[in-house]
Amino acid sequence: MIGLKVTDLSFHYPDRTQVLNGINFQIEPGERVGLLGPNGAGKTTLLLHLNGLLRAAEGTIQVGDLTLSDEVLSEVRRMVGFVFQDPDDQLFMATVAEDVAFGPRNFGFGQAEVDRRVESALEAVGESDLAPRAPHHLSGGERRKVAIATVLSTDSALLVLDEPTSNLDPAGRRELVNLLASLPATLLVVSHDLPFVLELCPRSLIIDQGRIVADGETRQLLLDRELLAKHRLELAYGFDPANIADR
Amino acid sequence: MSGSHAHALHYHGHSPVHHLPAETKLVGLLVFVLSVVSTPPTAIWAFCGYALILMIALGLSEVPARFFITRMAIDLPFVLFALLIPFVGVEPKIAIGPFAISEPGLLSAWNILVKATLGAGASVMLAATTEVPDLLRGLQRLKVPVVLVAIASFMIRYLDVVAGEFRRTRVAMAARGHNPRTVFDAKPLAVASGALFIRSYERGERVHQAMLARGYDGTWPSSGNERIAAKTWIVGLTPALFAVIVAIAARLL
Repeated sequence: MIGLKVTDLSFHYPDRTQVLNGINFQIEPGERVGLLGPNGAGKTTLLLHLNGLLRAAEGTIQVGDLTLSDEVLSEVRRMVGFVFQDPDDQLFMATVAEDVAFGPRNFGFGQAEVDRRVESALEAVGESDLAPRAPHHLSGGERRKVAIATVLSTDSALLVLDEPTSNLDPAGRRELVNLLASLPATLLVVSHDLPFVLELCPRSLIIDQGRIVADGETRQLLLDRELLAKHRLELAYGFDPANIADR
Repeated sequence: MSGSHAHALHYHGHSPVHHLPAETKLVGLLVFVLSVVSTPPTAIWAFCGYALILMIALGLSEVPARFFITRMAIDLPFVLFALLIPFVGVEPKIAIGPFAISEPGLLSAWNILVKATLGAGASVMLAATTEVPDLLRGLQRLKVPVVLVAIASFMIRYLDVVAGEFRRTRVAMAARGHNPRTVFDAKPLAVASGALFIRSYERGERVHQAMLARGYDGTWPSSGNERIAAKTWIVGLTPALFAVIVAIAARLL
């Protein structure tokens, strides 16, 4: 497992819209961290930086021992597994097996090793039977799990997930929590689903207007009504973090 | 399980034809079609020969005749077009009942009809016995440029997604009272199509990001290149070989 350190990260789009404004945080190896914030706070933009899909104007990103730069881009992309919000964007090959094999093939593994990785990644998400299926014939929950398998197959040690519970039914959501909690990886999870974050991530960051405005124990953050209200976050009706036991 | 992920033209089965590697079937189809189109339309016995080859292959594939015939509907536009030609063709004309029928037109009609039907029949056979991913792998092993294979693969993958988006848009329009009757009602549909194009374009960008995130560097990763035994090639190409013999005989006789 590897850690992540983001230092003074700033980013603006070509039209000068400032999206990230001096982001600083650190995640220890094996930690599971939630990233909360209102729409437009810069959550997805921040995630896209973590494996170099967007390049910052200022600041550094350190993944494990590597500082992100052009020279180590391929290695960083192998270590950071990015699970996109819409599995239809992530699963683009004709079959599940080929999609899970896409990463390992890009990283130059031989056929036997690719097959082994595909098998073990699908096994890890509990969906070995799906290998020959076409992604567009899977249910929402199956697609989500296969999308996670596509990054597990490259041995990603840091998983970055964008809204992983969107479009999942309650059972699919439950299976996802169990799966993510069982993975031997460092997790950074963007979500509006606060109960999900409370269940999965002991620690959370709140981002608003391109800055990290809070960093602490998830339960404490969610109990601070004033803090939540200030950043357009709120607890769903009937959900009280104080009355929920730890996982 | 296979039934749920097969396309409409595929017939799930375990016949020897199903088990042939896709590339032998692709090459076989190409050779068969080339043989058919190179045959002079007057060599009627040759077309009977091709039809016989196709029927034997159909029998071996265990694809039901009914399934095959309904899929042949794809041939209908060609049939209609061919049936028109004798009425609009050039002199000399022969009188059949009240109609003056062009003689060269009749021959062209037969030519188009028989060749299109045999070609469509062979293509339907390939589609009925080969899964799409196998076809794509076959094309890749035949050294078709990977970019073309990738484009075909993306098209197949996202056809359902884009069609689904369009269907939802249509439903949303109908739900708000849009009920197109004449061509003048087409504007909202045209606008929706434009929006769909933009959305698909943006999806393309997101898919590209997802590819980069998994190490894509501009070269498409190649899958395994297992070689096919000469014997399998010979078995797979047997129908095509007979077609070539028929074509040569039709030229010489």
